[in-house]
Amino acid sequence: MARYGMVIDTTKCVGCMDCVVACQTENDVPVGYARDWITTTVRGEFPKLTMEIRTERCNHCENPPCVACCPTGASHVNDLGLVKVKANRCIGCKACISACPYGARYVHPKGYVDKCTFCDHRVRDGRSPACVSVCPTHCMHFGDLDDPNSTVATLLRTRKWHVLLPEAGTRPRVFYLT
Amino acid sequence: MLEVTTTRHNPGIDPSLHVWGWEIPLYLFVGGMVAGMMIFAGWAMLRTARGDDTKTFFSVQTPLLGFMLLNLGMLALLLDLAHPLYVWAVYITFQPASPMSWGSWVLLAVYGILLVSALVRLPESWPWLGERVPVLAKASQYFTGSPARMRWLGYINIGFGIAVGIYTGILLNTMVARPLWNTSVLPLLFLVSGLSAAAAAMHLASRVFPGRPAPLSLVGGAFAAMTQPIGPQPPEKSTVNALIRADVALLAVELVLIALLLMSLATSTLSQIEAARLLLSGKFGLVFWVGVVAVGILLPIVLQALELSHRIPHTVIPAVLVLVGGFALRWVLVNAGQASEIVSTAARL
Repeated sequence: MARYGMVIDTTKCVGCMDCVVACQTENDVPVGYARDWITTTVRGEFPKLTMEIRTERCNHCENPPCVACCPTGASHVNDLGLVKVKANRCIGCKACISACPYGARYVHPKGYVDKCTFCDHRVRDGRSPACVSVCPTHCMHFGDLDDPNSTVATLLRTRKWHVLLPEAGTRPRVFYLT
Repeated sequence: MLEVTTTRHNPGIDPSLHVWGWEIPLYLFVGGMVAGMMIFAGWAMLRTARGDDTKTFFSVQTPLLGFMLLNLGMLALLLDLAHPLYVWAVYITFQPASPMSWGSWVLLAVYGILLVSALVRLPESWPWLGERVPVLAKASQYFTGSPARMRWLGYINIGFGIAVGIYTGILLNTMVARPLWNTSVLPLLFLVSGLSAAAAAMHLASRVFPGRPAPLSLVGGAFAAMTQPIGPQPPEKSTVNALIRADVALLAVELVLIALLLMSLATSTLSQIEAARLLLSGKFGLVFWVGVVAVGILLPIVLQALELSHRIPHTVIPAVLVLVGGFALRWVLVNAGQASEIVSTAARL
């Protein structure tokens, strides 16, 4: 089975938020909420500053704390290995929101917990997630991490990268090239 | 210098997590108290089974009080749910990795245990029902007539009381992203705090609802059964003193556990140190030091010690303070816990 992951080249990302808009359009994300967002970090002392711009979302962790704590199994790993929420099983207890180190989840105005799906409906059709498909700088890549010939695997082999909060032990599957 | 900006502003998530309001602390407080009452009741049942005089310990009466408190706690839980119409989804599955799933099933069992345990005292606490529904009186006789059955009911009460007392702490332990909660002191602290709150609540109930024979009518009897959870006999002075002594000891243990909690955080990683700072000097410092430590633990210990040595008259004030402190502990841990987060060490480079 494919092990899907996302690789984002922070040296190319300009923070245009096309990915955010594409997600909101594709997935009917309610106004005022976001499944993906732009984070900018600046570090150093002026004038020696470095900036990293990156687009963040659910990391579809291989060791997802949000799935372990769910009392109903609404939060689950689906057949594609992606972390998803069944709206008709979610009681809105918000344990998964507390457990997620990335703040990737929120309570949908309809009451259930919602988050990024890696656009699994598009992935099943052989297309890439909406955010990846619209990126004007082509800084986002999506594919099978286990396939040595995939773009994502090649990039992770040849470039330096980091993941968010590796110390949480969640094994994220969104990688940031630096 | 490190400056992080984000475009995300999801309600309840940003700028810092706040998805659990007053409902969860209230449930944790009431649930802990019910757990403590079950343990005390179980202990009293074991002594009853051994042949001790039941008149000197009224904690066999607490299942009814616990039952009513549990309803309050369950109401708070329901109010917290964002998708309450789907609450049935908890009971069509069992998720072994989720303490919340364990807790949901345990609470269902606890409802049954509390009702059966309340039956034990039914003929005395609500004679009307006992006479009209003889099957209930027979069920009561089933337990009171056999020390072995009484002993089993006692063990079950103690076992499930401990389960309810600690599972909420384990539940918070599983929240990987919240350093304040990632300490195994938490379940034990909740259990001991629940026991001390239970002792205080029983003490308070013994004063507020003085024992008198239950009215025989339908309405009066039902009302008396609910407002006289300690039964028709006023508790004896030795019983009240035993409760006060137990409460002082439990509060002392609680103080040690809180100190251990803070030490384990303060001697750990940066994330845990920042979490401890939230309690010690941060946004929650005032509630923690004044509400939890001073009002909830130190003051009641001093007042109750003075009461026991006959330097000041007995009042319900220490019991009320212990209850206030018990809620303050849950409130401060739930809220500061949500505000605590993993500090990215990579970002500090």
